Amino acid sequence: MNGIQVDINRLKKGEVSLGTSIMAVTFNGGVILGADSRTTTGAYIANRVTDKLTRVHEKIWCCRSGSAADTQAVADIVQYHLELYTAQYGTPSIDTAASIFKTICYDNKDNLTAGIIVAGFDDKKGEGEVYSIPLGGSVHKQDYAIAGSGSAFIYGYCDKNYRKDFNKDETVDFVKHSLSQAIKWDGSSGGVIRMVILTKDGLERLIFYPDEYENL
Amino acid sequence: MNHDPFSWGRPSDETYGAYNDSIAHTSPFPKMNTQQPIITGTSVISMKYNNGVIIAADNLGAYGSLLRFTDVERLFPVGKNTVVGISGDISDMQHIEEMLSDLEIENNYDNSHAEDDEALKPSYIFEYLSTVMYQRRSKMNPLFNALIVAGTENGEPFLKYVNLLGVTYSSPTLATGFGAHLAVPLLRRVIDREEDVAKTDLDLAQKTILESMKVLYYRDARSSRKFSLAIIDKDQGLIFKQGLQVENMNWNFAKDIKGYGTQKV
Repeated sequence: MNGIQVDINRLKKGEVSLGTSIMAVTFNGGVILGADSRTTTGAYIANRVTDKLTRVHEKIWCCRSGSAADTQAVADIVQYHLELYTAQYGTPSIDTAASIFKTICYDNKDNLTAGIIVAGFDDKKGEGEVYSIPLGGSVHKQDYAIAGSGSAFIYGYCDKNYRKDFNKDETVDFVKHSLSQAIKWDGSSGGVIRMVILTKDGLERLIFYPDEYENL
Repeated sequence: MNHDPFSWGRPSDETYGAYNDSIAHTSPFPKMNTQQPIITGTSVISMKYNNGVIIAADNLGAYGSLLRFTDVERLFPVGKNTVVGISGDISDMQHIEEMLSDLEIENNYDNSHAEDDEALKPSYIFEYLSTVMYQRRSKMNPLFNALIVAGTENGEPFLKYVNLLGVTYSSPTLATGFGAHLAVPLLRRVIDREEDVAKTDLDLAQKTILESMKVLYYRDARSSRKFSLAIIDKDQGLIFKQGLQVENMNWNFAKDIKGYGTQKV
């Protein structure tokens, strides 16, 4: 036997992919999720205004990359689990939500192409948290996370420019500049930059159009 | 001792090393190098109008999904009355660029009428290129491109396509790649048949081409915002515009889209 053969080209023929540049960044006061808005089937842009920032609980959201169908299905199931959890035990912690994501992604790893970043604001702790769940279904708690095909081009930029003590506006700029570069180089990413800011004061949605972020 | 007839008349292996017998295992076919494109250019779009032709192509050289080179010129003027637009492999495009340059040099050498009666015509350039494309295809070593030759000849607009297979065709509206699927239907709304060419002026044709470039930037994941456009007009001659950008895009409606089904926030 010559080792284990694995087919890594997982997207089925005609399947829609969230090409993607996504990231989530904690800061002093909360967390910001960011994403582009492009969904592709091969080189055709099936949706240029996609919303990849998905709510699974009031202040627990996720960024989706990989197969659009798989990530939507997983997010829907996690949302169901968290709704039931809340009814029985009250608000779940972010790590609990990440754990549910992980269980689904890990147990079904052979049949899923889902790269998810879980991000939320814990009102009890008063701080934001980010968990990365890549293809295999492992969990990685991080100060900030980047994922998707476009992230490959901004590892250097993010590593050099991230600071733990950013305020909200600085974090918005960091996400905007990072995704701008990811979109610039990755053909599978593009459209508008969407952001969701989670703080003790609630939820804020932001959008940035090409004319603004293209020439930063 | 080795008595195998295969080894008769030659020294034993210990003397000069093992014999290289690969010549006995050659392929009966000639060398065939069908490649794969590496750095690629996307759509080229074009249309005729009442006084000439317009052709456009963006300035991107993609490396798979990486938008690697953003300053690639894919429209090549030849003389004063022809422009060749090239999509597909960029290294093969540069080879064709060199061929066109050699063609011009050859034509102009020792030729006092190179600027008028004996200037290169679009049909000559096209015939030459399409012959080369088919010949390369027949050797199983294609130039991995799709070309559009646009120009004016004897006062009439000229527009013809040839690709890596040596397939050629002509129409009042032509495009390669994604443009063939997305731009041609838009261009045909203005010029549905040859008779509509005379009813279309430069202004309308240019607007239609710009609108098509916008749609391609919306929908082609291997396209760029920056592009070049060339007009070959019967009277005004060759007008080459570079550094153009897709403008007047609609993105504002995106702010009202939330989730993918039931999400309200």
